[in-house]
Parts: sequence; structure tokens; C-alpha cells
Amino acid sequence: MNKVKTIAKKDLLGLKDLSISEIKLILNTARSMKEVAARPIPKVPTLLAKHIITLFYEPSTRTRTSFNMAAKILSANVTNVAISSSSVSKGENLIDTVKNLEVMGCDAIIIRHSMGGAPHLAAKNCQSSVINAGDGFNEHPTQGLLDIFTMQEKKGDLKNKKVLIVGDIAHSRVARSNIWGLKKLGAEVVVVGPPTMIPVGLEAMGVRVSCDFDAEIRDADIINMLRIQKERQEKGLFPSIEEYAKLFGLNAERMKKAPKDVVVMHPGPINRGIEITSEVADGSNNVILEQVTNGVAVRAAILFLLLSGKNSD
Amino acid sequence: MAKIIIKNGLVVDPAQKISAIMDILIVDGKIAKIAKTIRVSGAKIINAIGLLVLPGLVDLHTHLRDPGQSEKETIATGTKAAAKGGFTSICCMANTNPPADSPAVVRYIKDKAASQGVVNVYPIAAVTKGLRGELLAEMGLNLQAGAVAFSDDGRPIMDARIMRLALEYSRQFGVPIIAHCEEANLAKDGVMNEGALSTAMGLPGIPALAEELMVARDIRLVKEYGGSLHIAHISTARSVDLVRQAKKQGISVTCETCPHYFTLTEAAVNNYNTNAKVNPPLRTEADVKAIKRGLKDGTIDIIATDHAPHNIELKDIEFNSAAFGMVGLETALPLVLTELVNTKILSLSQAIEKLTLVPARRLKLDKGTLMVGAEADVVIVDPRVQIKVEPSEFASKSHNTPFAGRALYGKVLFTVVGGKFVVTNGQLVSNDK
Repeated sequence: MNKVKTIAKKDLLGLKDLSISEIKLILNTARSMKEVAARPIPKVPTLLAKHIITLFYEPSTRTRTSFNMAAKILSANVTNVAISSSSVSKGENLIDTVKNLEVMGCDAIIIRHSMGGAPHLAAKNCQSSVINAGDGFNEHPTQGLLDIFTMQEKKGDLKNKKVLIVGDIAHSRVARSNIWGLKKLGAEVVVVGPPTMIPVGLEAMGVRVSCDFDAEIRDADIINMLRIQKERQEKGLFPSIEEYAKLFGLNAERMKKAPKDVVVMHPGPINRGIEITSEVADGSNNVILEQVTNGVAVRAAILFLLLSGKNSD
Repeated sequence: MAKIIIKNGLVVDPAQKISAIMDILIVDGKIAKIAKTIRVSGAKIINAIGLLVLPGLVDLHTHLRDPGQSEKETIATGTKAAAKGGFTSICCMANTNPPADSPAVVRYIKDKAASQGVVNVYPIAAVTKGLRGELLAEMGLNLQAGAVAFSDDGRPIMDARIMRLALEYSRQFGVPIIAHCEEANLAKDGVMNEGALSTAMGLPGIPALAEELMVARDIRLVKEYGGSLHIAHISTARSVDLVRQAKKQGISVTCETCPHYFTLTEAAVNNYNTNAKVNPPLRTEADVKAIKRGLKDGTIDIIATDHAPHNIELKDIEFNSAAFGMVGLETALPLVLTELVNTKILSLSQAIEKLTLVPARRLKLDKGTLMVGAEADVVIVDPRVQIKVEPSEFASKSHNTPFAGRALYGKVLFTVVGGKFVVTNGQLVSNDK
């Protein structure tokens, strides 16, 4: 971290808008951050006096905590805005909320929102850096980047590596961020899921669509299992949890068909016994907790690249 | 006797098959004469050399938001927007608050338009009570109160039996049902056209089929049960095909499209641009081409605005939450001239016909022509002037347009309603009402 390279962008809204070199810069920086995080005293003064706000309109444990840890490694101050106690419940709109937070003197606002494009709206209406921590089913760029970071740690260069993304693609921001990033890095991406959960026109993003998990798993390098939301069943997208688990869940029997060194990933939180059995989630191929560790490093890298070298104020 | 002569303009009046340099004499608010050269003493003379002289435009699809949503538009501001856009007669949709489902509301609109409106206003009454799609509204009484058509526009009539009853019941009046074709279950939660772009933007889509299924259903219903069907705002290639096939089979159906459907594709919503959020949604390049073909071959009878004003509070928010709709009265004519006439998709006469004579005849309005004896509703346009769309200059109370900053040809210079100048030199006449 001697030479300060930063990203020219004000915001991190999605992998769709990142160039290959920006993605590589983030991943390289994350490697340095991972080293910092592993030190006996995991703290550097890089973002001392910077103020970061997390503004979460949806519940989250992992992502919010991860951003907090990342900020602390860089000595930034963090304020978490809890939605239940915020004025949003009094009817304040997003732009007003963001502008109010900004004039209190923050440098970055990390937003999670149930609607696609909400962080983009915030970004257009404030000077602070906006970091998308998940918007509707559009993108979850920090998750996408930490997934790719972990994949590279395990598999090296991802060019022509076959990555399966399995589950509810239509409603998954994780899937979209993975696809944008992986395609830019030259990976082969195959999405697997029930046809009711494959969005129209997905092929245009450069992926292949399949409903046959058993066939696709045979030569997969990486399997990224998505969380299935049980309320999708109530909306009729699949008939039962049992059937879903049978057709699209990852279990020990199905794992036998996969290459020995296949990497199993999951963004969490896991529905054990539904999209993935405990045996597989805790098995030797899984890197699920490493993803979480890497998440801190990747988020620290993003905060560093967006905020360092920019004047506070 | 107040006399006006509009001299040497290119008069385009499809009803009389006129498209020639002519003079028009207006006496006491009516068209008195139309001829190569008119000389009358004591007349006010408007020199229209190089200008188009057209029958005042007729919009079959305006949302005036009055009563109930005066933060978006009122009859006063909406009719001013119409006048500035060259429309002298507008038909306003029933989805007000309360909705125009009773004679009282229909009369309120008529009365307020008479006292505060600067163009002719024709209320369209609801098909069903409360626009709920369950029970027929008092169609007969609403007609007696001054309604000219029926529509639940903004919402589909999901129950096929109710749509059947509406078509059957309205047969006794010979007045059309204007259908908002949208299969609501299929469109559910959608906010833009469904396809690769909605997938890439992570937004819920509205499939083209949601429109087409209902277009197909309503065509079958009108074939089976009679009545008079006009399909509002068609936006997809297959909707155009369905209407084309229906017409070939002799089924009595008409339809309209709006300027945004022949000008813009779904790409306009990129960057989560809520001003391009509209229902039905902007579609693909192929759909835009098909709409243009439908206009050219006559499948699409009418160009209407679907002027849908919304205050900024409903647009400057998350895309999913933003209101559907865009204003259209003040951009429709320049868009038609620029996108259809200058590109030779339609001749000037064909284009003007779809904005005047055809909509007027469809609702049996005594409008849309410069025939001798007609009320003098006239618009004078400079077709060569390039304007830049500037929402802050709109007369409409709302500025929600995706066309801001766009360069278009055609400037409305004069709008005359019943012989009275409402717009002069491109400006609203201020002492008017």
C-alpha cells in the first residue's frame, strides 16, 4: 500500500459498471488488506477521521458487521443507522435521508435497500461515496467481489473456469454481481435453477442456462449455491421445499458426481437441509467461512480505494 | 361581426381532403369560408406564409387529475397545456378522485371546464363503479351528464364477464369502451418491460404478453357480443398484429398509440430514469418499428397523448415506487412531425388525420375539421422551427417527461378555440379566464 492507487469513481454501485482493471485493483488491494487484518494489531490509520454511515433498509448481520470490521481496520468511524429508529418510518424519502446524513459530515454511505437502483438514486443526490450493500435483486457488488476473491484464492486465474450458480437467479442480486464480474474475468458461467426462477433474457449477460444440476456438476470448478427464500414458494415459484431440495439442493450424493476439488460456496445465511445439506456445507470442499473472512478484506479494500486520498469534507 | 382571415398557410384538413395553400375566414367563431384567396374588409389578418394551418388537435386520452389531484394538474392547467400543444379538444380519463363514475362528477368536470378551461373538455366516464371492475357504472346517466365514452383507464377490467356486460350494455348507446389492456396478474409488481434489460437492471418486468392477452381477449369479446371497442395506448408488435388481423376479419375495433411508443425504447429507463416509467412500459426496437408500421398501414387509427402528469414527489424516488406516466400534451405534435412526418413514415395529412378527424369521429365529436360551419378550432404551426423541450416552460403543472432537452421540429404559434385566440405567438393569452 505504498503507492496510492484509487478508483476514479465516487461510488461503488455494481460490478456491471466496473472495468476489468478496476476489479483487478480491488482484488489486489484486498490481498493487502487481508494481510493487514491478519496482523496481531489489525489496524492502520489510513481512514482516520473519515466517517462512514451504514444505512440499511433491509435486515443484515453479515454484510453490516463486515463493513463495520473493515472500517475499523482502517480506523474510520462508523455510524449504523437502524431503520426501525430512523425517520424513514415517518415517511422521509431516500433523497432527504441521504442529504441529512451527508450534512452531518459523512464521507461514505453504505446502503442496502429492497429496490433495485435505490443506491444509484442516492448517489446522484449526494457528494459522499455511496456503496451498494445490496439493492433489490439488482446487485450486491461487495458480495460478488468477495466471491471472486475467494474463487481466485482457490482456483487461480478464473479464465475458462466453470462456475455454477444454483438457485433463484431471478431474485438474486448475488447472482447478478457474480455474473457481471465472472464474465469480465473470462469465466464460463452456468446458472442452474427451476425455469420459474430464471429471468427472461438472462443469456444476454453471457451465461448458459440449465435445469440439470446433475449434468452440470460433473465438470464444475466452482459451485455457488444461492439461498432460497421460503416465501417464493408461497408465491408459487416452486411447489415445495422438498422438491426444491431434491432437484436443486447440494447434498452428499450429488457431490459424488462433482470433481474432487470442486469449490463449494454460499453467500449465507444458509438454509441447512434445503439448498445445501450440513454435510456439504461443513464438508471439505466448502469455503463458506473463508468467504466471510475475505469479505472484510474486500470491503476494506473498497473503502480504502474510494475514500483514501480524498479530502474529508 | 368578429372576422379573422388566416392567409396563405398550408391548410391541411383531411376531412375535406385539402392540403394546399389557402385562406380561411372565421366569422363569429365559426369557419365561414375556405378558398385560394379571401378578401373581406375589417378582418383581423394572420399571415400564415410558410406555416401549417390545421384543425385543432383532438386528444382521446388525457388525464386532467381534476377532481382530487390538483398537485398534479387541474382543469385550468391541463387545458392550458393542451392549448400550448395545439389541442383544442381533449377527452379526460375517469381515474380522478373521486372517479368520474357518477353524473355528479361528470357534471363537475363539464362545469369546471366551462368556467376555467381554455379548450373543449369531454369527460370519459368510468365503465365500472369506483373503477373496481365489478359493477357497471351508470353509463346512461353519465352520458346524459355529458360523458362521451367509457373507460376504466389506468386499470384493466380483469373479469371477462364484466367486460362482456360493458360491451353489451353500451350497445344501446353506440359509445365505445376504451380498454386499458393489461393482464394484471401477469404484470404484477412489474415496473418496466420484461426482457434482457429488466434482468440486467434487476427490476421486475411487465411482459408484452400482459398487454397482448387482453387485446386478444377484448377483440374476441367484441366479436362475440358486439359493442364498440377502442384499445388504448398499444405498445407491442403483437398487439398491432392482433388488431390488424381483427380488422381483416371485419371485427369492429380501433386503437391508439402514443408518441412515446413510436419514439422511445425501453433503453430510456437506463440509469433508473423514472421519467421514462410508464404503463404500458416502453418496449423494444422491434416494437417501435411495428408501431410505426401499424401507423403507416392504418392498423393504428389514432395518436393520443396519454398525458399523465405526476408531481415530482412521485418521480424523484426509487424506480419501483415511482408513479407510472408522462406528460404529453406539449410534446405530442412536435414528436409526430419529427418522428413520423419528417421521416416520411406518415404523410402530413395522414398524421394530422390521426390527431384530428379520426379521434373526433370515433367519439362522434363535432370536431377535427375546418369545414365551413364548424366551430373555428384552428392551430397554426411553424413546422421548420426547431424547439428544445424545456419542462420548466410547460403550462402543465407537472414536468415528468423523458423528452427534456430533446430537439424537435414544430412550434405551435396560434391556437384558436371557437374563434378565440388562446395561444398567440407561442404564448398563452394571459387575460383569458
